[in-house]
Amino acid sequence: MSMPYYVSPEQVMKDRADYARKGIARGRSLAGLSYQDGIVLVAENHSRTLHKVSEIYDRIAFAGVGRYNEFDQLRIAGVRAADMRGYSYSREDVDARSLANSYAQMLGQVFTHEMKPLEVEILVAEVGWTNDPADDRMFHLLYDGTVVDEQGFTVLGGDSETIGGRLKEGYQPGMALGAVVSLAAKAIAGPDRALGENELEVAVLERALDGRSFRRIEGDQLTALLS
Amino acid sequence: MSLPAFSPGADPGPSFNELMSRSGQRPPLPGSSGEPFTHTHATTIVAVRYNDGVVMAGDRRATAGNVIAHRTMDKVFPADRFSGVSISGVAGLAAEMVKMFQLELEHFEKVEGTALSLEGKANRLGNMIRQNLPSAMASGMVVIPIFAGYDTRRREGRIYNYDITGGRYEEMEFHATGSGGIYARGVLKQHWNRGMTRDEAVDLCLSSLFEAADEDSATGGPDAIRGIYPSVATITADGYDRLEDGEVARRFETLLAIRAARLGISAPTVADPTTPAPKGGRRK
Repeated sequence: MSMPYYVSPEQVMKDRADYARKGIARGRSLAGLSYQDGIVLVAENHSRTLHKVSEIYDRIAFAGVGRYNEFDQLRIAGVRAADMRGYSYSREDVDARSLANSYAQMLGQVFTHEMKPLEVEILVAEVGWTNDPADDRMFHLLYDGTVVDEQGFTVLGGDSETIGGRLKEGYQPGMALGAVVSLAAKAIAGPDRALGENELEVAVLERALDGRSFRRIEGDQLTALLS
Repeated sequence: MSLPAFSPGADPGPSFNELMSRSGQRPPLPGSSGEPFTHTHATTIVAVRYNDGVVMAGDRRATAGNVIAHRTMDKVFPADRFSGVSISGVAGLAAEMVKMFQLELEHFEKVEGTALSLEGKANRLGNMIRQNLPSAMASGMVVIPIFAGYDTRRREGRIYNYDITGGRYEEMEFHATGSGGIYARGVLKQHWNRGMTRDEAVDLCLSSLFEAADEDSATGGPDAIRGIYPSVATITADGYDRLEDGEVARRFETLLAIRAARLGISAPTVADPTTPAPKGGRRK
């Protein structure tokens, strides 16, 4: 006769967190940084078509690391929620805080109730309506639904502490785009290698743009920024 | 906001229309009202192909029966970066259709990460007009748009006109519709040439709208006292660009001077635009 065995809730949660963290650590990292003209998202990504950084709404961008299919599903859910809200109320009523909260609910729900937690870490970034960088928002969400409101810069992925340490050394508020992208590329790469434009995915939320402020920086434009 | 979740079989895909339907949020279409009532109508819209793309233009008057309901209505809208849509018919439904269509294109672009082809956009609009057919049949609430844009693959401007059933017909030269469309079309037919420049095409649109306003009471002419002029936009490889009202006013001044000279009277002066036009292209 088999005996049902007891596993403490602490152990269950710990196992799930370990599982999610391991999955996330396998992927490549990305960073979100506030700069002179808005927010820039820099990801190490060897694919040109499977994006880690994308547009959600006029002033909101999404970035994810971990399992592609899982964070892409979250991205699409975010685009849908934002577009529906903008349609029902007004474009100005779509904000990152409320979207981040919805993501947190969903991630927390899956973490505690489903068989398997989502192996993702996501960033919801929003550039403010004013010229003041203090109005920019970066919400960093973990696999268990934890929300962190970040200022200045934030790093997602397995190696985030090391990369964050490197960024801290060089980062200053109000940097120019070229400087901030080079800094992020170097921090993500580490001392032993260099990342070129083919291994990077870069996009900005540009404060000055009217309407949809999300813009990808690719090809020659990115090469010029990195040099 | 709560995140919409769908089972794999019920997923709406990249269509915003479908998303709203499946979330039960599509506003119901007006059915047969029984009692006839007057609804606001929008009137003359034109589109002209020229060597760099297309020009779209529309007058600013909305009418309810024989009353002028609104003097500064815009009937030309950007649909996305490389296309525009202009509307004639019942104003409220038309405005809603434009809003839905803009979102449909933007939503597809964001979800899929790539924009629809111009042909694809034109077909989507046809589909949306088709959805409006029951209410058009029941209560006569018809919306007829013109869709035009720059085809980035073929590198040329293209114009589509529609019928009430959503039928989509590509026009190779120009098109005009709305209550004054028939008069505008006469002018366009007389003066359209292959390989026109932007200036020629804009002037042609303005003179066709002027003639339409001259013959049709539901089409507004240039209003020199209030400084209200037609909305005009060009769509080229550089995207959707709404003309400044100041430029339209200056062009009207020239146009009116030519008409006045024909009649042997002194040219009227034209007021500067007083109403700031809504912003044109949504992405600079």
